[in-house]
Amino acid sequence: MKGKFNRGMCALLCALAVALLPQRQAQAQQFTLGLSSPPTSMDPQFYNLIPNNNVAAHVFETLVKMDVNGAPVPALAESWKMIDATTWEFKLRRGVKFHDGSELTAEDVLWSLDRPATILGSAGKFDIYTKAIVAKKALDPYTVQVNTATPYPLMLQDLFNIFIVSKKATQGLKSEDFSAGRGMVGTGPFKFVKFLRDDREELVRNDAYWGKPAAWSNVTLRFLPNDSTRLAALLSGDVQAIENVPSQDISQIRADDRITLFTRISARLIFLFLDVNRDKTPFITDKSGAPLTRNPLKDLRVRQALSLAINRDAITERVMEGLSEPASNLVPLRFVGFSPNLPKIKSDPEAARKLLAEAGYPNGFAMTIHAPNNRYVNDQKIAQSVAQMWSKIGIDVKVDTMPIAVYVGRAGKHDFSVGLLGWLAQTGEASSPLRALLACPDAKDAFGGFNYGQYCNPKVDELLKKALATTADKERAQLLQQSAEAALGDVGLIPLHNQISTWAAKKGMTYALRSDETTNAYGFRPE
Amino acid sequence: MLVFIIRRLMQSIAVLFVMSLLVFCGVYAIGNPIDNLIPPDASAADRARTIAEFGLDKPLWEQYASFLHNALAGNLGDSFAYSTPALKLIMERFPATMELAVCAILIATVLGIPLGMWSAMKQKSAGSKIVLATSILGFSLPTFWVGLMLIMLFAVKLGWLPSSGRGEVQTLFGVPLSFLSWDGLRHLILPALNLALFNIALVIRLTRAGTQEALLQDYVKFARAKGLPNRRIIGVHVLKNILIPIITVLALQFGSIIAFAIVTESVFAWPGMGKLIIDSIRVLDRPVIVAYLLVIVMLFTLINLVVDVAYSLLDPRVRLSEIKG
Repeated sequence: MKGKFNRGMCALLCALAVALLPQRQAQAQQFTLGLSSPPTSMDPQFYNLIPNNNVAAHVFETLVKMDVNGAPVPALAESWKMIDATTWEFKLRRGVKFHDGSELTAEDVLWSLDRPATILGSAGKFDIYTKAIVAKKALDPYTVQVNTATPYPLMLQDLFNIFIVSKKATQGLKSEDFSAGRGMVGTGPFKFVKFLRDDREELVRNDAYWGKPAAWSNVTLRFLPNDSTRLAALLSGDVQAIENVPSQDISQIRADDRITLFTRISARLIFLFLDVNRDKTPFITDKSGAPLTRNPLKDLRVRQALSLAINRDAITERVMEGLSEPASNLVPLRFVGFSPNLPKIKSDPEAARKLLAEAGYPNGFAMTIHAPNNRYVNDQKIAQSVAQMWSKIGIDVKVDTMPIAVYVGRAGKHDFSVGLLGWLAQTGEASSPLRALLACPDAKDAFGGFNYGQYCNPKVDELLKKALATTADKERAQLLQQSAEAALGDVGLIPLHNQISTWAAKKGMTYALRSDETTNAYGFRPE
Repeated sequence: MLVFIIRRLMQSIAVLFVMSLLVFCGVYAIGNPIDNLIPPDASAADRARTIAEFGLDKPLWEQYASFLHNALAGNLGDSFAYSTPALKLIMERFPATMELAVCAILIATVLGIPLGMWSAMKQKSAGSKIVLATSILGFSLPTFWVGLMLIMLFAVKLGWLPSSGRGEVQTLFGVPLSFLSWDGLRHLILPALNLALFNIALVIRLTRAGTQEALLQDYVKFARAKGLPNRRIIGVHVLKNILIPIITVLALQFGSIIAFAIVTESVFAWPGMGKLIIDSIRVLDRPVIVAYLLVIVMLFTLINLVVDVAYSLLDPRVRLSEIKG
């Protein structure tokens, strides 16, 4: 070192470098969150899609919200009670101000309950959650009474999804007007600033929020659907937290001291549906390709064998990199409808082979299973693993995967014998999967809408229908449990696992975890 | 020239019509978008109602007829997924993609032509060989991999540049552009470079080949004999003569870049049209797919028209009208 000159040069260069480096941490209260799916609209009542609801929950709120175990807790409604079997009364929180300064009153609530049915151009309107309400009125500015035609216990769960908007601000607006900011007046912890479609949404803290104020003065929600891009954004410091950490990078994140990894079981069940109702099924033949005399899936022993042959722990370890929880139930532990009487399914290929032989298939048969390849985490790989496990018990399995757009269409036409599917219990209880996946298909009443295997068990339906009319929580939970036990004991579908949601954040932050696959900037706080 | 332009425009209208028909039928054949958009809890009555609302229950020819009817009035339909006019969605994203594409082409031209010419003039030098070797890399390395490597190096390891996204946007003549600010430029460099790499390599090779050939021509010898400075010979005369193949390729590439910058846009989370089309295809959002492809066809036609006109300007021997007799 040639003394002072060199040291001076070094200092100058360092200063220059620091000056040129982007000032990322200038404002300690700026929080940037990397989300994995962009919303399709800013209108919180336009389209029932998880990314839309996720983003809307920053600016808007609901009367009732779901806690981490799927149970309803007060949000904008301070309390509620049932006046009689078909009447609910909600008391609104007083002093809640919208972002434009006006107060939340019962009128806004009535408006928000009416609006979903009037939305145009949406394939997924929210009126499915307001349909049950046949009459409603405001008893006073802070009390709302709603009536249903028949006893309807899922009223609170339905209200999880109805965001309360300001009547004054949203009257006469079309859904696309919200993207420019009109009507973006909510009661939530953040105020809307700007939305750039498929790029980002910018928010500022609502200092007049009725609850605990958010930890951040400015929030940017960036939409980064590409896994590597999202991870790189976190590693480079462009965002402070991300959701859905790509599974192949989990070990790298765990080993990185600068980043904290959060995980929580999600209410999304990944399972296999089976074509159990038809006498002839399209994709099962004997090993030489000739059709079989009867559909093996109709035999309970065959279904049990198929379920026993799957090593769910191996799938968790090898395919999902530890990010799944083997399931024997329709919903995770502590959710309503979880049954402790459905034991963990231990993989037992020997017993499976015996059952197959008992059922009359000592040499197995040949089958093609189907799965989507761009919808669920590692969906394709899971299907391939299942195929390999089944080949060990004597079944020749081919796997055919396709994009979800095509898959759902074909599954709806009952093109498949065995297929992979996922289901998120959005209402926080087992009634959701039971009704959609296992109830006898009845188009009129929206039963069995996704029951691609056309499983139909009158006992399951009876218990489910009774539960759907029972408002007493304990009783309903019991009935749902029994219905699930009946359906799964009969192997109406083969549950594989529940996905585990992951989040990663810069060290020094805590996050209030959720099971509904949403991510909210409000839940992130510095330690 | 005017007749030529008018004739070309008429041809392009015919192409647009055929294209819209093909895409319409193609997307219709794949499946029903409703199955992807409708929420799980919906009943069959809801499904039927939604299908009727979107007009998907009518027979194909009727849907196409109403599409044509609206298209002639300038309305290309509302997106199924976003319920926003499809054309508006595309035009919202168009400036971002254009910005990226123009930047990429500029980089390719500014880097490619001088490097190619230099490599042709100094053929035996080590520098020329290095340039050629790296141009091979430009061809062969896949765009998404290079993009990710650029992000890993410049954003994650060195932290010099942002890892993704578009920078600060200012409106110029009503068009939102980001290259006017330093922050915008910082966000633009990596994706533009990523997109340009293949084209830099292409332009280097084309320029080199063209220059090598041109340098052997008589007019170069004559110009040297006349005593013109090298700079003028190479920079004016040779350049003009080698530009035609380069312009052809650049024009084709420009169209390609705009239409299919999907990979770069996905990797760099650049809010452009490429991402829009991929997402729309995934959910079978037919109005957006049709509108997008029509816009692209229009663009390609315009680019080709501009290139043909440019030929006639560059090379006086080129006649735009058909040769009779």
